[in-house]
Amino acid sequence: MNHFFARHLYLVDFTVASLGRRRGRNLGLFAVYVLLVFVLASVSLMTHGLRREAQAILESSPEIVVQRMIAGRNDPVPTGAVAAITGIRGVRAVQGRLWGYYYDAGMRANYTLMVPPDRPVESGAVVIGGGIARLRQLDTGDIVHFMAPDGRIVRFTVSGTLDSASELVSADLVLMNEGDFRAFFGFPADRFTDVVASVRNPREVGTVASKIALALPEARVVTRADMLRTYEALFDWRGGMVAVVLSGAVLAFVILAWDKAAGLSADERREIGVLKAIGWETSDVIAVKFWEGALVSLLAFLAGYVLAYGHVFYFSGALFEPALKGWAILYPRFRLVPEINGQQVATIFFFTVVPYTLATIFPIWRAATIDPDTVMR
Amino acid sequence: MNKHLRLSTTSLSVLAVALAAALATLVDAALRFDSEALARRNRAALAETLQLSDLSLFTEARYTRHPALADLHSAFQDHPAALDHFPSAAWMPPTRWHEKQP
Repeated sequence: MNHFFARHLYLVDFTVASLGRRRGRNLGLFAVYVLLVFVLASVSLMTHGLRREAQAILESSPEIVVQRMIAGRNDPVPTGAVAAITGIRGVRAVQGRLWGYYYDAGMRANYTLMVPPDRPVESGAVVIGGGIARLRQLDTGDIVHFMAPDGRIVRFTVSGTLDSASELVSADLVLMNEGDFRAFFGFPADRFTDVVASVRNPREVGTVASKIALALPEARVVTRADMLRTYEALFDWRGGMVAVVLSGAVLAFVILAWDKAAGLSADERREIGVLKAIGWETSDVIAVKFWEGALVSLLAFLAGYVLAYGHVFYFSGALFEPALKGWAILYPRFRLVPEINGQQVATIFFFTVVPYTLATIFPIWRAATIDPDTVMR
Repeated sequence: MNKHLRLSTTSLSVLAVALAAALATLVDAALRFDSEALARRNRAALAETLQLSDLSLFTEARYTRHPALADLHSAFQDHPAALDHFPSAAWMPPTRWHEKQP
């Protein structure tokens, strides 16, 4: 047993010395490798964190949202729909919602204006999300002006800001009183933006949704399960941002691994020839290359993963912000709950460490099994 | 005793440190979990109070701000053949309404 360990320690000595002889090339390769793992792990940790965030938040979202569609577009729902939905068996409570979008031309940002259902806001006052407070440098007691669709400048007093820890759901919110909302947008008194319904028995949500769709043929019914599915798809590895990043990164890595596997440099072939000529076994040569692959890829994997953890959970994925932000001016500040999905980490490990190690060993196996004389020539 | 460390000792030590750092992330995640999870419960409570249905991650267009409630013609908002022009829509796959029924 001691002999086994001693032999491998000597092989590691030789491997590291061999890597040191081609320091520039190997350091470059190592840096690319760390970067690749860092990007893949960052995307993986971030999307997993956002998906868990969406799941946790949407579990508290309305069970059923009823919209009205006209010519493929959302249209305000008549207030009579509330009574029609309330009459459906199995429905516990129904409430009309008032919300809409406001484009702040000065800041070039979009806000979501809404009337909070159970949180009264005084007339002439607004409660704003942390993103808007930061963007417009507003605080409680400040005055803010919005331009109504009819050209009027409407003045509001900021009566409070929403907790900054909730920016992931509230960065762009402006909460206001129902009267102010209707007056600001000229919203008809007999209309709501949409209607939310809760159901007595959660297992009957699908049935109730079908009944609503039958009772109101022009309605589009969105259940909580639909919302969850939307976010599952958004942060799923098969689609969305993960696919965008993965496709480029994996392709780059395939090129890297292919380059490595496609052939050995003359120096490496000569080195193998000399080793075999002085009595090394094929298995020794392969063991050296195994250690080379394992040391480089394990170290790169661990370094990339640790950097990605810091990037996502300490710096909120700051490097992705420009990409996620897109054309938007408002972007929430958020800290994700650090939850590490073992399966995702294992997947990254499998797709980076295993192919690289194999790609290192395979050409060596070909070179190490031929005659040293031929290799050295 | 050797004055210089063997290369294998140095390299395996570096690997052990990296492994320890990776394990430390698990410890760090466990230590931070409670406080961060409390903040998430508060966010969920706010979402429940305000009846929110979406994350305010992409605020540039109505169908990126509220993908769960966007109309069925996303991302062909302006006319049926119009391609989407917002960058965040490149990060979002099309809504899978055809998979709506379980």
